[in-house]
Order: sequence, then C-alpha cells, then structure tokens
Amino acid sequence: MTPFPFAAIVGQDEMKTAMVLTAIDPKIGGVLVFGDRGTGKSTAVRALAALLPPIQSVAGCPCNSATPDDCPDWAQVTDTALVERPTPVVDLPLGVSEDRVTGALDIERALTRGEKAFEAGLLARANRGYLYIDEVNLLEDHIVDLLLDVAQSGENVVEREGLSIRHPARFVLVGSGNPEEGELRPQLLDRFGLSVEVTSPKEIDTRIEVIRRRDAYENDHAAFMAQWQPEDAALRDRILTARAALPDLKTSNVVLHDVASVCLALGSDGLRGELTLLRAARALAAYEGAPDVTRDHIRRAAPMALRHRLRRDPLDDAGSTARVARQLAEVLP
Amino acid sequence: MTPFDDTSGPNRPTPPPDPWAQVGLALVLLAVDPAGLRGLWLRGRAGPVRDRVLAALAPLAPRKLHPFMAEDALSGGLDLSATLALNTLQRHEGLLNRDGVLTLTMAERCPPGLSVRLGQALDARPGLALVALDEAAEEGEGLPQALSDRLALFLDIDAFGWSGSTDLALDMPCIAKARARLATIPLTAEALEQLTRVAHGLAIDSLRAPWLALMAARAHAAWRGVTELSEDDLRVAVELVLAQRARALPQEAPPDDTPPPPEPPEDDPEEGRDRDSQEPQIPDDLLIDAAFSALPPGLLARLQAAKAARAGAGNSGAGARRKSLARGRPIPSRPGKPGSGARVDVIATLRQAAPWQAVRRSARPDAQPGRLLLMPDDIRIKRYQDPTDRVLIFVVDASGSAAVARLAEAKGAVEIMLAEAYSARDHVALVTFRGETAELALPPTRSLVQAKRRLAGLPGGGATPLAGAMQVALNAALQARARGMSPTLAFLTDGRGNIALDGSANRAQAGEDATTLARAIAARAIPSLVIDTSLRPKPLLSELSAAMGATRIALPRADARAMAQTLGAALGG
Repeated sequence: MTPFPFAAIVGQDEMKTAMVLTAIDPKIGGVLVFGDRGTGKSTAVRALAALLPPIQSVAGCPCNSATPDDCPDWAQVTDTALVERPTPVVDLPLGVSEDRVTGALDIERALTRGEKAFEAGLLARANRGYLYIDEVNLLEDHIVDLLLDVAQSGENVVEREGLSIRHPARFVLVGSGNPEEGELRPQLLDRFGLSVEVTSPKEIDTRIEVIRRRDAYENDHAAFMAQWQPEDAALRDRILTARAALPDLKTSNVVLHDVASVCLALGSDGLRGELTLLRAARALAAYEGAPDVTRDHIRRAAPMALRHRLRRDPLDDAGSTARVARQLAEVLP
Repeated sequence: MTPFDDTSGPNRPTPPPDPWAQVGLALVLLAVDPAGLRGLWLRGRAGPVRDRVLAALAPLAPRKLHPFMAEDALSGGLDLSATLALNTLQRHEGLLNRDGVLTLTMAERCPPGLSVRLGQALDARPGLALVALDEAAEEGEGLPQALSDRLALFLDIDAFGWSGSTDLALDMPCIAKARARLATIPLTAEALEQLTRVAHGLAIDSLRAPWLALMAARAHAAWRGVTELSEDDLRVAVELVLAQRARALPQEAPPDDTPPPPEPPEDDPEEGRDRDSQEPQIPDDLLIDAAFSALPPGLLARLQAAKAARAGAGNSGAGARRKSLARGRPIPSRPGKPGSGARVDVIATLRQAAPWQAVRRSARPDAQPGRLLLMPDDIRIKRYQDPTDRVLIFVVDASGSAAVARLAEAKGAVEIMLAEAYSARDHVALVTFRGETAELALPPTRSLVQAKRRLAGLPGGGATPLAGAMQVALNAALQARARGMSPTLAFLTDGRGNIALDGSANRAQAGEDATTLARAIAARAIPSLVIDTSLRPKPLLSELSAAMGATRIALPRADARAMAQTLGAALGG
C-alpha cells in the first residue's frame, strides 16, 4: 500500500515544516522527532519519502551515485544507465548489527566462489537520501558512535580481510523517540539539525479527523490517495521551487547579527547552532517564496533549530521550548 | 466539564458481562482479525487457566518468542553449519519475517529494545499478530508501552480459578466466514466518532486506541454475522480495548486537559454532531458504563492514587510500566581486541572465521593444512549488560517538621544529583513521604524530565511517616537489585518520625518500626546515606543511621549545591 499522503497528516505543523525544510536544504542536518506514542511520527517519515522528488542515479550502483564516475571501484558497476529513483529512505532497525549498517564482505561469494567482495550496507543505501531511526534513544551506543562518525565525514570506511572499502554516505538523519523511555545523549542530540516535540492532539474534533482519515486511507485507499494527490504534488513543486531559489536568497548583516545574538543569549554550545539556525531560516524563507531572510523567519526557525542545544539546567523548570521563546522575545522584539 | 458528568450515579444499567465468556470472545476477535487488532495482552500467571486460553489459540499455530532472543533468530541470518555443509548460502528465516501469530512469554521482562523491535515488526507486517504473556507479579511491572499501545486486546485472567473457567475452542469454520465478511462492514462515521470520544473521555492519549477499538467493533460485527456496526459491537470494543487503557475516570477532567478548545471556525455540516458533544449523549453513556464494568479490579484505586501523585501534565502510568534496561546478562559479542579485561568469545570468533577459510587459504598457500586461519578482525569480545548499573533512590522528607525551606533545598539537591546521575547514565528513583503515607513517586528511570516533574509537584507539610518511607525504599531497592541493578538509598530527613507502620500517630512505635527497618536495610547490605536536615541534629537520627549502617551527614545550613556535592562525594561520584 502506498504511504499515507504527507499533506493529509492532521495538524503537527511544526514536525511537517521541519521535515520540509530538510528536504529543501539537506545540509540542515536531519530532524529529531520526540513525542507521545501513536502521534504518527513514523507515518510522517514514510509520507515524506513518498513526497520527495525522485533522484537521478546509476542503475547498478549500490550507493545511488549520481554519475558513473562517482561509483566506487569495489562495486564493479556494470549497468551505468541513469535511472530515476524515489529518494531513498532507509530504516535502521534497533538491534541491527554493525555489519549490516556499514556493509561487510559478502559471505555467499566467499563460500561459493572464494572471492572477497563487499556487500553494501544500510549506509550505502541511504546515500543521497534519508536514514530513519525509530526509537533512536534506544539504539546501542556503538551503533550511535558509528553513525555519528559517518554523518560527520560523509563517508563510510570499512576495512575487512585486507580490503579497504570506502563510499560516500551523505544522508539526512531522521530520528524519532519517546523521551519517557530514556533520553538521548547530548552528543547525538546536537547532531540533529532540527528537533520537534509532538503531542497527541487534545481537541476531540482533531482526533476524530485523524481517525476518519485513517479509515479512508485503509478502507477507501484509491479514492483517498487521489483526493490528496494534488496537494502532495503542489507541496513537492513548492519544495523544488524553494531549492532553486535557495542560492539567490539574500541574507543581510542584520540577519546574521540576529542569529548570533539569539544563540549567544541562549548559550547554545558551539557554532553548529548558529549555522543550523541560519540554514533553517533561509530554507523557511525560500519555502515561503520570500526574496530575503527576515527576523520573522529566524524567530520561527529558532525553536526547532535550538531547543535541543541548550545546556541542561536542572533548576530551570521551564521546558527548553519555553526557554527559547523567552529569549527570543527579549533578543528579537 | 466533560460529556460524562452524568454517568457517575450508582445506577449503571449495563450488567457486567460474564467474565469468562469475555475471554473467549477476545480470542475469537483476535482470530477473526489479527491484522487489525495486532494482538492480545494476556495478563496472568502460568498455570492451568492460562493453558486453557493458550490451547484455544492452538489452531492459529503460534510461534514462540522469549524476551532474550538473539537478533538473528528474530530477523533471520546465516545458518553457518548448513552453509558450510552444503557449500551454498543457507539462511534461517527470522521469526518476524513470516506472517502468523507470535506468543511472547515472560513479556513483563521484555527489554525496551526488543519491545520496540516487535512494535516495528507489527507496524511493518500486517500479517503478524502478537500474544504477549505478561506474568507480572508486582505493581509497576507489566508490558512495555511500545507493545501495550499496539495490541488491541487486554485480558486479565489471574482472577479466574480452574473451576471458574471452562475449556475454550475456536470455531474455525465460523471464524473463516467472519473473516470473509470483515471487509464488507463499513466503519460508520457515528461509530468512529463515538469510539474516539469515549477514548478521549477516558483520557487515553494515543490515537492508536480508538482505531484499535474500531477494528475490534468490526471484528465483533463480522463474528455476529451482521453487515453493519451496532451498539453491541461498540460496547464490546470499549470493554476489551479501551477500558484497560483508561488514564482517568470519565467524570473527572483528563489529567492534562486544556480548557475546552474554541469552536472550529469552519462549519462542516457533517461535523455538526460534534457541537453537541458538550451535552451528555445517551449512547456515549452506555459505552462509558461498559468501560466501567470492564475496568480491571483495583484500577479505580490506582487512578485515585496516581492522581494524587500526578504533578501537572503527563500520563503517570508511563514510568511505572517501563522495564529496566539493566539485567546483568550476556549480550551479543562485538568485534574488538582482546586484553584490557575483555574476554574473547571463542565460539563467535570461530563462527566469524569459518566462512573465510577457503578464501584465506587460497591467499596463503603455504599455510599448514588443517589449521584454522584466524585474522585479528575475527576476534569477538564477550559483552555483558553492565551489572553495576546504579540506581539512586532518593527518600525525601516532605513533612511539616522538615521546614519548607529545607524541603526546597532538598529538592534542589536532588535535582542537581539527578542531572549528574543523568550524565553518569545512572537510574534514579524517588520516594516521598508526608502525612500518613510514603510512596514511590518515581520508579527507577533515566528520564530527567519525569523526575523533575514529580519533584516539582511535591507538596510539603504534615506528619512524618519515616518508617513507612523506609519500607517503601527498601522494597524499591530490593526490586532494583532483582533486576541486576545496584541500589543506593539516600535519605533526606530530620528523622523525627511520628507515624508508625500501621499508620497510627504513635511516636514510640514509630521509632521502633524505623529501627527495625534500619536493621533490615543493614542486613541486606544496601548502601545508604542519611542527610540530616534538622537545624539541631538529634541523637535519634544518628542512632538510626548506625543501625542502618549508613553514613550520616549533618547539613543544618547547607544549600542545595553543597548538599549535592556532599552526596556526590559520599556516593563515590
């Protein structure tokens, strides 16, 4: 069954915006979605995958290379035709082994033909796409470390049986989880560009609408998909337009100053916060078709770009969202 | 406030359903629509009654899972011996890669990783259904939320004796007919709205619940052989799906209910019905009554207690249901280098090396025949879940004698310790006592958010049931130890206990009880620490500390930060 239409997700506007922004500018660096059970976190990720424009890639390449020249040697790609593929969205299941993530030597070929050949892993498949980790806070530490290294360098390096294999692994990390089951290490938290908090809708009408759409999706699938197809298509076009507009977007010194002062006031660690906030504000401006980035864009992008970068203050009862809002009101009146 | 104000009266028209018939019905519904219902949470000790239930499920040919199953048994993997024997790649299929019914034994011991893994498998594969056998003995144990949220049906069979139960058998031909009818039964807008409203009224946050209830109603209609949903189907759905998920009684406001939302601006004629939802509706009332009569025994009391402990937003049951991460058991080995205390997992290392022998031999023709060619990459290191996972159990005195200012400082100190415990990956738990009772306000958790919430909502004042608190803390420590964690007790009190264990305001008896418990704590060698918060330290508390074998630190004027530093030092960082 085709995934739920992105546009048909009821409410959850911040989550949807954050996902769209990373689709416009993958350099923003991923989204972390934390929240209650049964709020449609993974539905949204799958919906986004179906929404995104397809990519051009070499048919036989295990890491979705854009041109035959980009294909790694070890892959021995024979089919170099360029094909259109949906943007890859790869699931990283909990309990996955390191070998499956990074790739490993192909046991079948070793046994049957006595050859040493590399079998690509999930990181290769996620190249130029999305890597989705449900319940990211429960992922084993050594897998987390591995992902961080690769996300940082954009390259996956595997050394086995005297072979050294490398391939590009640039992907947008999407993680979701429930904070009640344990929190994410600050080191990993910081690697996500944006973070959003989702809660179950409280209004009864909204809740009924959620269930109603699910019924239509499951029991009247074709009609439901047809109903939402135009909206999804419009959204896809908007993402493409925004991508094209992004390089020409003007960013004034005032805006840069605003970004710096918000981050300074919040004491968010490192420059990553500033860069992400700027990128997110630019993507938001491009999404809305604005000619330049304004203070308003910064104000709206700041909560998702910064709330997970604040130093923990056990004596401050307000949540991080409230702290960001407080500082924004002061710094950017 | 809610549509259910009028249902609190003593006259509830719906008679309670025959409980054992209800068990049989749940099994039928599961068999009719496993894909829609996703499974059954079956609470009850192993025994003849549970065997009766499981025997009835036999026609569905369930496959067995247990909580400590290796990853490759779940998702499939290389079958090394067959591969080497046949010289072609042989895989064994994972249990999760095939449609069918799975039973998970000892579900209450299911680690969070596995529960999430199973949840993901259920989401990805509609043909899979799970029967979780929960043998929880203690309050606070139970099915991990990742599963309880996804499995539609719940049955508690502990109350049934052998004579109260009968043999159950699924009528498979009828079930097959019902299955064929499923798709023909439309989910009416009325049913959909009603079940969503009832779930909301019971303060069930997850939107999976109303959907699962709808699926149950449809399965029931299909079983009855009708083509549309009726009141009866909805009632069954509420009883079997929604009742046990209730987080609040319908007549009270849901715990984190916001004020009634403004009327939606658009005026869709179809939604006109919802405008009336502020008025009591007769069908809703009936459904709520059904929920009442199906509420698990003791739930009402639990909800009341939870309400008292609940500070602000959040569903309080969540932490209590969560399983511990720590267990002190071996976990799959990893590549690594021997030395520095690591032990080589010989079998895993050999398994790793085996497939490569032919390749390596061809690369090194000079190697001695018949000898295994090992490479450094093959080496696998044994790993264990850290058995020394610490849990700090804070026992905080919130009574009147621990003056309000002291309470604020104690809270501050605990918060700082919480932040430190968080960075050290320790678990924390919180026991509070005041008035007549002591309670485990927060079971062991790593969630800083939850701990802070509970602490912030802690009121002060009242008598000092110190002995009761020691008992609760001791139990919590023993439970933590049973789960492979190392508990440490940290008391923050002035030690003037004046409520005895039996709840009477008898200072002498209270002192005796406290001493008895102190000895019990010492006898079980639970490391403990007493922070004396009284302005003028009394010998009473130092005697108690001595009986407990605890370090006593008098901190009459310490502020939160100093207190936390002392605590940290005394606990060895």
